[in-house]
Amino acid sequence: MSDLQTTARDVIERAKKDGATAADVLIREDDSFSVTVRMGEVETLKQAISRSLMLRVFVGKRTAASHTSDLTPSVLQGLVDETVEMARLTSEDDSAGLSEHAVYRNGFPDLQLIDPSWEAVTPAERIDFAMRSEAAALSADKSITNSEGASFDYARTQVALANTLGFNGSYQASSAGLYCVPIAQSSEGMQRDHWMSAARHRNRMESPEDIGRKAAQRALRRLGARKIPTAEVPIVFDPLTARSLLGHLFEAISGSAIYRRSSFLIDQIGQKVAAENITVVDDALMPAGLGSSPFDDEGVPTRVTPIIEDGVLRNYLHTAYTARKLGSQPTGNGSRTAAGAVTIGPTNFYLKPGKYMPDEIIRSIKRGLYVVELIGFGVNTVTGDYSRGAVGIWVENGEFVHPVQEVTIAGNLREMFDNIEMVGSDLTFLGSIAAPTLKIGKMVISGE
Amino acid sequence: MELNKSIFFQRYNLTIADIETYLSEALSRGGDYTDLYFEYRINHSIVLEEQIIKSATKSLSLGVGVRVISGEKTGYAYSDDLNRENVIKAARTAAFIANASSQGGKIGVPAPLDQERNLYPIHVFPAELEIAQKIALLQEADRAARVFDSRIKQVQASYADETKHVLIVTSEGNAVWDLQPLVRLNVMCIAEEGGRRQSGYQGGGGRQGLDIFAGDLDPKAIARESARQAILQLGAVDAPAGPMEVVLGPGWPGILLHEAIGHGLEADFNRKKTSAFAGLVGQKVASELCTVVDDGTIPFRRGSLNMDDEGNPTHQTVLIEKGILRGYLQDRLSSKLMKLPLTGNGRRQSYDHIPIPRMTNTFMMAGDSAPEDIIKSVKKGLYAVQFGGGQVDITSGKFVFSASEAYLIDDGHITAPVKGATLIGDGPTVLRRVTAVGSDLKLDHGIGICGKDGQTIPVGVGLPTIKIREITVGGTEK
Repeated sequence: MSDLQTTARDVIERAKKDGATAADVLIREDDSFSVTVRMGEVETLKQAISRSLMLRVFVGKRTAASHTSDLTPSVLQGLVDETVEMARLTSEDDSAGLSEHAVYRNGFPDLQLIDPSWEAVTPAERIDFAMRSEAAALSADKSITNSEGASFDYARTQVALANTLGFNGSYQASSAGLYCVPIAQSSEGMQRDHWMSAARHRNRMESPEDIGRKAAQRALRRLGARKIPTAEVPIVFDPLTARSLLGHLFEAISGSAIYRRSSFLIDQIGQKVAAENITVVDDALMPAGLGSSPFDDEGVPTRVTPIIEDGVLRNYLHTAYTARKLGSQPTGNGSRTAAGAVTIGPTNFYLKPGKYMPDEIIRSIKRGLYVVELIGFGVNTVTGDYSRGAVGIWVENGEFVHPVQEVTIAGNLREMFDNIEMVGSDLTFLGSIAAPTLKIGKMVISGE
Repeated sequence: MELNKSIFFQRYNLTIADIETYLSEALSRGGDYTDLYFEYRINHSIVLEEQIIKSATKSLSLGVGVRVISGEKTGYAYSDDLNRENVIKAARTAAFIANASSQGGKIGVPAPLDQERNLYPIHVFPAELEIAQKIALLQEADRAARVFDSRIKQVQASYADETKHVLIVTSEGNAVWDLQPLVRLNVMCIAEEGGRRQSGYQGGGGRQGLDIFAGDLDPKAIARESARQAILQLGAVDAPAGPMEVVLGPGWPGILLHEAIGHGLEADFNRKKTSAFAGLVGQKVASELCTVVDDGTIPFRRGSLNMDDEGNPTHQTVLIEKGILRGYLQDRLSSKLMKLPLTGNGRRQSYDHIPIPRMTNTFMMAGDSAPEDIIKSVKKGLYAVQFGGGQVDITSGKFVFSASEAYLIDDGHITAPVKGATLIGDGPTVLRRVTAVGSDLKLDHGIGICGKDGQTIPVGVGLPTIKIREITVGGTEK
């Protein structure tokens, strides 16, 4: 048993002694490194080992939660006592409690979450990843005149979870990210863009030079961007921006939004909610996936949950709590908030790739916008109303014409998912939520 | 404010000798500057939903961040406890950035600065009060929202307080500590009618005791405002698409300033020349009706601080004076490198983050126009009074902010409410298009959260009623 597991066990015992009828505790330890370089010099270097403990207790049907970064035994004891006391002051809630599925079992799958080869990479080499990436961006074109820098992050994480049902498990994971943000300049002004790669395994990372060059190309193609007239046209989302649409879908199908009736997808299981070419899954078991884990943050075994199959909504995602509220089963999507409570999080939540190459999708557009960046928060998951700032490239007769900025695109998520006419073959994982290129039949661009 | 009165000396047995050791270790490889940021933070929260108290949480955070600066380079490391060995290890890790030969030597801790000013003099910290008192606030809010209209079907009310102890010691002779309270109440309502659902949201708070929840911030007032917005939205029509004249109401719509110019004037972006505002000091960037300040010294405000997170006193900084760009928001690093005065804007989320230039409370000074005259002067336009979030690309200067409550203006009259829509503009041009500034400056209710480089911090904004000649409204109605 690791140190973390021993601490977790002690906390559970203390909670029981204080009168908790059930409890679970999650401890995370992150050994993290990050470096930012800018214009060929190291700008910041950060390194630390940090721990945090998240406790949830139940006294009958009442619950409270706590978090601490200070794991000194006397502090922990005091916090456990206080958490149990707080629980007694909350209301009885019939749906509160641990999941009966949160039982430890031997043979949790090996999801290849850790790549030991990272440990052999020296700090100097890690700094060099960022240096090489930025250098490739800066030398890509004479119009790349400045940089917000390139950064490399690496973390090794250990997670331990224990509960009063006897669960006492742990797992380790590694993850790394390399991110590059060059700035291109022309007489009309500056444009920045970025490219990145993120993975648990070293051999799944794109090379620093490729990341730098792609980032530079993305910034260069935005030079000379201008506003366009207001119009209703087809919109193509690149994998980066399509990914944000999946993020909104995730919000809308999470069990907490459903029982609160704050989603445009309530009461829709078995209904057609998207075009027939759309299949979305939440797959916690993807080997080496950035969102993969053997069990969730409340000890429920993880799994593959179909969300949308051929356009039909199949499942919402649940914690133990939302599953009980809605008469369903937990889906292994429990995720701890910073304060120790349990909320819903995605595992590997993605839209399955389709058959079209991205350039085939562009060629199908007579007049439309290829969107490469979205900004702002104008998305209402209660109604599905959608309005965000966009940067993109204007397409005419299947060809890129000129870059576009200072416009918004607007519609309604329900109609947007219904109107997905083409799905690209280029599914790209840059995090736990992912999508390929998507073409939506029409949306309103607001510009001049 | 003697150092030994801080919690780190009293409860955690920190000594002057410890601090001297940490500072020397941090500079052992020859850095130019180092600082230690000790933080002990307690957060409480309570959530009411479906008319019951669903959960209560408590969070404890303790740690010390060690920063070493060598030229333009920053080394940073932190420890999750005040254990001597761990802090020394962090200091040595942070020191790694400096590659000059070791200078060693002892660093003395100076006498603390005299800090008479207290912008949050409160008698009883919310954290010290019984949970029952806080639960009562939520129950009041819940009842008020439900009584407001029978179409209100869901009410989620949440309470949060924070108590943050900070001690900062620098190798340049500053040694200061602060005790920073923060409290907040939010109410979210869902209204339903005939299969249509809409949400409303309102909150309030500041660096004050629970007595802040009175008047406009009475839990009942907050709840009624949240419910009113949800009900109003049930009857909203599609928002227009295209450029139009826009009137912004007073208070929270000041998020315009935060996005359009505030971020673009943060010194780090200007030192690196990545901001669309780089090199424009002394030039006209706004109509002469506009004077914009960032002020971290307003008592009890959410964005205010006695000192920033580098131990420097906060200021009122004039960003734009009658249309002319006057200055930037500085942290220590940028101020040194740009050879410009400090403004007390070096802020960080917590001990595990590096301080960077950030806003405090950013607002526009009041003008002369009567707000009702401003609305009357618009033939066809949009009147936006409530907003969700905003975002800016500081390099291209393009920014957005999303209206959650807005109305059409027709021939000088406010008419139909419209659905939420994002407004998009260009930072360096939008303030040149301000054609009227009202006399009704209001600060927001104390709910702002700002994100930058993965760090979130509390901020404030404010605005009088203003008129913008043209900005693009991102609705669907062409």
